[in-house]
Amino acid sequence: MEFQGILNYLVGFAIMAVIYSIFTLGLNVHWGYTGLFNIGVAGFFALGAYTSALLTTATPDPLKFEDYIFGGNLPVLLGVFNLGIDLWFLVALLGAGAVCGLMALIIGSVTIRLRGDYLAIVTLGIAESVRYIFLNEKWLANGSKGLYRIPKYLGDWVSPQHYDYLFLVVVLIVLVVIYVAVERTIKSPWGRVLKAIREDELTAAASGKNVFSFKLQSFMLGAFIMGIGGALYAHNIRFIDPRTFDPLLATFIIWAMLMVGGSGNNKGAILGAFTVWGIWAGTQFLPGFLSDPNFRFIMVGLLIVVVILLRPGGILGEERKISASAAPPNKVAPPDA
Amino acid sequence: MAGMRKTSLRLPFHWTAGYSVLLGLVVVLILAFTSVIKLELVVNGLFLGTIIGLGAIGLSLVYGIHGFAHIAHGDFMTLGAYTSLFTLGVFLPRIGLDNVGLGPFTFGYPLFIALPLSMLFLVALAIGLDKGIYSRLRRRGVSSVVMAMTSLGVAIALRGLVQFVWGGGTEQYPRVSKDFYQLPMGVRIPPDNLFIVALTVIMVVALYLFLTRTRTGKAMRATSDNAELARVTGINTEHVLWWTWAISAALAATAGVLLAVFQAQLFPIMGWRFLIPLFAAVILGGIGNPWGALIGALIIGVSSEVSTQWLNPAYKTVISFAIMIVMLLLRPRGIFGVRD
Repeated sequence: MEFQGILNYLVGFAIMAVIYSIFTLGLNVHWGYTGLFNIGVAGFFALGAYTSALLTTATPDPLKFEDYIFGGNLPVLLGVFNLGIDLWFLVALLGAGAVCGLMALIIGSVTIRLRGDYLAIVTLGIAESVRYIFLNEKWLANGSKGLYRIPKYLGDWVSPQHYDYLFLVVVLIVLVVIYVAVERTIKSPWGRVLKAIREDELTAAASGKNVFSFKLQSFMLGAFIMGIGGALYAHNIRFIDPRTFDPLLATFIIWAMLMVGGSGNNKGAILGAFTVWGIWAGTQFLPGFLSDPNFRFIMVGLLIVVVILLRPGGILGEERKISASAAPPNKVAPPDA
Repeated sequence: MAGMRKTSLRLPFHWTAGYSVLLGLVVVLILAFTSVIKLELVVNGLFLGTIIGLGAIGLSLVYGIHGFAHIAHGDFMTLGAYTSLFTLGVFLPRIGLDNVGLGPFTFGYPLFIALPLSMLFLVALAIGLDKGIYSRLRRRGVSSVVMAMTSLGVAIALRGLVQFVWGGGTEQYPRVSKDFYQLPMGVRIPPDNLFIVALTVIMVVALYLFLTRTRTGKAMRATSDNAELARVTGINTEHVLWWTWAISAALAATAGVLLAVFQAQLFPIMGWRFLIPLFAAVILGGIGNPWGALIGALIIGVSSEVSTQWLNPAYKTVISFAIMIVMLLLRPRGIFGVRD
């Protein structure tokens, strides 16, 4: 029984770590490969989670004091086409990604031409605005009461107490798909242009690359991935409200994960997500002030600073191999943060 | 750090820009006196604007001279406010100084001890952070985005520190309630706000004199204009960078304390929430231009207060963000910017 409890805890931990890995992969596309400074991950996180939740929750019921006006009720609507494997889930994930991609297109076309650090301020503003809007527009997503009837994916396949095992498999499959897709994209000529832009925008432009367009595409791709992460989060916890998307657990910790694991390295991004989430979840069991959430808050900040100062490449550092078909060079200059 | 901004620390008075700001002011006043918008909101917005201004001037100086977006600036304000909370609530009462309600104000003369202590603390912190972190990164020659990233880490750590020491709840300086001044047209002014404006004016004038009359101030302006040129003319740019930290940290501490007095409460996220209005003011005024930042702050303050007449007050931040976006679209160099 004891063992069962620990195992259940570990499965729950692994699901969250996998979901965070997906966010970190998205952020890696932005920061690690293109040098886009997005400190509004929480905005895409929230948009993805709310999109998926609103597409799939049942139509609102005024008797339950639900104030929102739209619930897509996809599981019921798509009933006939579900073929026993709940295809609505795929639609919801892609929908969440698409909304985030669209948002990235809008923000990006306004700000990506400007200086790099403007993007940081603008993404921060978007994240805060998204949170304020979901908090105050009750008709949109039930305000501070949140959405709490988010359906389970494949909920009738296994008994509720074993559901987490199934969901772990699901998020792992999504992670593998995204990982392979990002790896292939980054190692393609398109990905090499991104790195060229990150290293030296002027040179990339002088080589005839449309810097603006490439950066915008990268911004959209990363946002798409973050949207999917948000959707997975919504279907895992099955309750979301605006407080869920506090900058600490929805932006800062993801930055710490990427910096620790190694920006510019997808394996590093996943390693970082598991490491930092492991530290975060593990310190709960420490005695005294070490388990104080605010102490962990300080640690997240210090982690970012210390990594930049002492080991700008993170644990793994940027991968040396730059092309799927090229042999790794023997000597590369140490990557700068 | 160099070669990306062209505005200067001189009073860059451009007639078109100056006239449009004046015109905007006249329009707002006409609307207020014809009761289309509430005059009280305009007045309140100006008070809020002076506090945003103190923060934004420092942020703009760091942005112009250090060349990166200092994301921890809001949390500098928070820390300034909380160190005064310690002085006012714990330290001074122990030695018998617990006066409140000085004259028409809600606070007592201990605030005049607490404020300088907060400023000193923040100056020491900023210089310490520069020695320990930023100067190393400068020597390594990292990009402005990595510097900003580092300041994000600092911001998170500082907020965590505030929450660790004081908890996540709402706090107050020791205070007594005081009657508001009742003015015509339904304008009510808390006496504290007069103190806020007076202090802001003193600090801005002092900064102006510093930047125009002292050697260090002139060196700062030169570095802001062109860091490399300043270096070859023999200016100790490292020295200038420290002075910039000191000034902007002292201003941030003041802004934090005044914000705590203004809203009669403190909470750990108060400075972080202020970050968007701060950056909006800086961008409105043109990066590196402290006087522009002050004007920008007044515009942001007034428009976000006036917006509450029609919109949910929760959207104040969204309004300042929207103004910033429009500005970035139309005139990214700011109202007073010469060229980009």
